[in-house]
Amino acid sequence: MNPQTLQIICFYAFSLVAVAAALSVITLKNTVHAVLALVLTFFSAACLWLLLDAEFLALALVVVYVGAVMVLFLFVVMMLDIDLEKMHEGFVKFLPVGVIVAVVMLAEMLGLIGVRAMHARDLGADPAAVAGVSNTAWLGQALYTKFLLPFEVAALVLTVGLVAAVALTLRERRDARYESASQQVKVDPRDRVRIVKMAAARPDEPTAPQEPQP
Amino acid sequence: MISLAHYIVLGAVLFCIAVAGLFINRKNVIVLLMSIELMLLAVNMNFVAFSRFLGDVSGQVFVFFILTVAAAEAAVGLAILVLLFRTRNTINIADINSMKG
Repeated sequence: MNPQTLQIICFYAFSLVAVAAALSVITLKNTVHAVLALVLTFFSAACLWLLLDAEFLALALVVVYVGAVMVLFLFVVMMLDIDLEKMHEGFVKFLPVGVIVAVVMLAEMLGLIGVRAMHARDLGADPAAVAGVSNTAWLGQALYTKFLLPFEVAALVLTVGLVAAVALTLRERRDARYESASQQVKVDPRDRVRIVKMAAARPDEPTAPQEPQP
Repeated sequence: MISLAHYIVLGAVLFCIAVAGLFINRKNVIVLLMSIELMLLAVNMNFVAFSRFLGDVSGQVFVFFILTVAAAEAAVGLAILVLLFRTRNTINIADINSMKG
């Protein structure tokens, strides 16, 4: 089998899996199953990107999306106690509208793309290979020179997102006892211990007469 | 031979599935968030395909930024969702109507 036929077979297999998994994301009743179907969609998409020689992005998709974002989704879904029956009502009611909108939109998009004209366009050689470097080096060279400022801004966006997520979900329970570290540090020793200066008592000097104990 | 049309059509199909998901899952905020993730994936697919076709690195760099923003968006969105569930004890959109929107 020549490599191009193999590529075509791989493309159709992965895109079939991706579309089927995407359909199950929006139709499955159980949200945990829907998240797992989304993981499968992302995984197939990563394989399709590998076919396009975009290795770095494919692996980033698996590591960042499947590894981090989807696990976050799973945590949240499992943490919330959701009434699945109630969540699913209205599904049949909105199904025709959703299908009609999606089909019309797809027809418009395909008409706009002009499938036949696009089909004549070959993807061409891998640009990174033409430049004589790996895909990661090709991407990195652009990222750290031409796109350095957007790259830094992206880092800032991630930091702000992190802070926002923590700040939103942080809460102090009223029914629990906490140690406040800042208050502990702020304590002044003089508030706790009072040191009194007094003259030492001399043995030859008569002390004050003791009052008789009752 | 795989052509540009293959990837563009796949992106369009995924995007339309996500739009249908927004329509038919009106109750569940989590599925709505997942539909948005699916839309971003469809757009990313187009970016990667055109980057390869035009031999331009900008498309792949843009996908990188979209992944970054989508990760931040998911984190903040899920945090809001957890907060919402904690205060209202529901994530049903029909019950979230205090702003009368």
